[in-house]
Amino acid sequence: MSGGLGNLIKTLQIDTRLLGMIGAFIVISLVFHVATGGTFLTPRNLFTLTLQTASVAVMATGMVFVIVTRNIDLSIGSLLGIVGMLMGVIQVQILPDIVGFGSPSIWIITVTIGILLGAAIGAFQGWLIGYLVIPSFIVTLGGLLIWRGGAWWVSKGTTISPLDPNFVMLGGASGTIGVTASWALAIVGSILTVLFLINTRRKHVSHNFAVKPLWAEYALGAILVSAICGITAVMNAYLVPTRILERRFAAEGLEMPEGYTEAYGFPISVLIVLFVTIAMTIVAKKTRFGRYIFAMGGNPDAAELSGINTRMLTVKVFALMGALTAIAAVIASARLGSAGSSLGELDELRVIAAAVIGGTALAGGVGTIYGAILGALIMQALVSGMGMVGVDSPLQNMIVGGVLIIAVWIDIIYRRKTGDA
Amino acid sequence: MSTPLLEMRNISIHFGGIKAVDDVSIDVMPGEVVGLLGHNGAGKSTLIKILSGAYKKDAGEIYVDGKKVEINSPIDARQHNIETIYQTLALSDNLDAASNLFLGREITTKFGLVDDTAMEAESRKIMARLNPNFQRFSEPVRSLSGGQRQSVAIARAVYFNARILIMDEPTAALGVHETAMVADLIKELKAQGLGIFLISHDTREMMDLCDRVSVMKNGQLIGTERVEDVTEDDILSMIIMGKNPKKAA
Repeated sequence: MSGGLGNLIKTLQIDTRLLGMIGAFIVISLVFHVATGGTFLTPRNLFTLTLQTASVAVMATGMVFVIVTRNIDLSIGSLLGIVGMLMGVIQVQILPDIVGFGSPSIWIITVTIGILLGAAIGAFQGWLIGYLVIPSFIVTLGGLLIWRGGAWWVSKGTTISPLDPNFVMLGGASGTIGVTASWALAIVGSILTVLFLINTRRKHVSHNFAVKPLWAEYALGAILVSAICGITAVMNAYLVPTRILERRFAAEGLEMPEGYTEAYGFPISVLIVLFVTIAMTIVAKKTRFGRYIFAMGGNPDAAELSGINTRMLTVKVFALMGALTAIAAVIASARLGSAGSSLGELDELRVIAAAVIGGTALAGGVGTIYGAILGALIMQALVSGMGMVGVDSPLQNMIVGGVLIIAVWIDIIYRRKTGDA
Repeated sequence: MSTPLLEMRNISIHFGGIKAVDDVSIDVMPGEVVGLLGHNGAGKSTLIKILSGAYKKDAGEIYVDGKKVEINSPIDARQHNIETIYQTLALSDNLDAASNLFLGREITTKFGLVDDTAMEAESRKIMARLNPNFQRFSEPVRSLSGGQRQSVAIARAVYFNARILIMDEPTAALGVHETAMVADLIKELKAQGLGIFLISHDTREMMDLCDRVSVMKNGQLIGTERVEDVTEDDILSMIIMGKNPKKAA
């Protein structure tokens, strides 16, 4: 970076890698927008894009921790499959007989069991890796085969549907919070962002650390708040199709008023991603657990000598990965409204690609949560865009593969240039 | 004779069939520097790794202030105020100075979150004393020079009120100026009453800094002598021949 722009970015203390990824996303979006004759950058398509990204994005945050500790998890696609399948069985075949069909407790019990199950399977794999010192590549490659086979075995290859109507709201367009709540959320989010900036500055000033010039703080605050409001405006601009509204009014025995419109607002699944992103960022940056994950990734021996139990840490990292995979299983199966035994197939590769495109180094020690989310979004934008343009699916895969390799190559050059090895 | 600050008695450890440390006893008094000398593979580093909790001994006892203690992990060692500066420095290269300094002992806020601002402020305080030129607090330690990295490792050991300090080749990677700085620091810590175990290959440096030297060869202790009672040649022949010329004489 040179000249005025470089200085501006430096003063604002914005991560150049983050800018690069946002830039890549914008370029991809614009290219597809032109190529599709103006249908890519529409509220409808962006809404769908976030829905499609949600499940991979949730898992990608966990994969960052796994890769930072110099491990890999190839089992998550299959884990998603078996947890999704078991949650399907629980909510469709078991719980209705116990708590009554349509009971609101069904989705709560199902999701709780799912997350516990995911965490338990993850912890078991983590134990094999941490305590029995079997390489994570092997343990999770075995897991990939075992859990996928398990998913088939549970369902005998059938698909379980329809899923509980409340559960289904967690995954897709049928579960959105509407315009008012979306704006309320945007306002709360904006206020918290500004408070966070003020608090950070105040803390630095009180310790006499160097701080950004005041105008830079205002600029950063303005950028963040406009981003929050911009995304909210897009979600609130996608109107529910008229025939769905008519059907809903008809179901309640009412006539739909002339000219009535309603927008979707934020899908619940996207809010889950938002929550997971914030929580995982706090874990990474502000907890001992997160600090130890990065310390272990940077130098396992140093971590051990500092009194960190790296074996137990490995178990916890994989348990967390398992729990996040279970959340992704909720989103993925709820979006489809069914649990099939091929649910989540090849997701492990999409998730690893998202984390790596997002700047997570396979050598360990380096990675960010927001990077992984953006990586997931970029991948999904590529895939959806190519689908809209009419690229055949084998060619899509070839292009995604090429992009992955090029992205990592660019990342290596970037690290070499910034000395950020 | 007063009680040693720390005493390791009849320590043995073996890896497979090899006795890395064989029935070795060493001790250190408050305000004393004890040097450990010997060839590579003589067992010095293994012996001190038992003391710092990185290895578990097979036999022998450890006494702090005359009381028997069990050291089974780095945390145990820290609880007895035993701090170690490793030859490899044992830093996480991807973390900044403050994160490394407080690794495993982070300062937390009342919500239990790590308080980076407070840790950086504390790091700045201790660094102002140890290495006033050190300014690069927000960069990963990977990008620091050898001397700066050494400062971080030393700061980590000194910050937490060490009583017994183990320094494994503290000057191996340093320039002349920085080596002198470490020597001054050792003298200062000694004056404060710390007991220091110093490992080095540099016999001259050891004669300057240490009160006593213990020489090891092939996992065994050849002998411990006060530096004023021996010449550098005596020490060298103990290292090379594995014989104590004074006892032989």
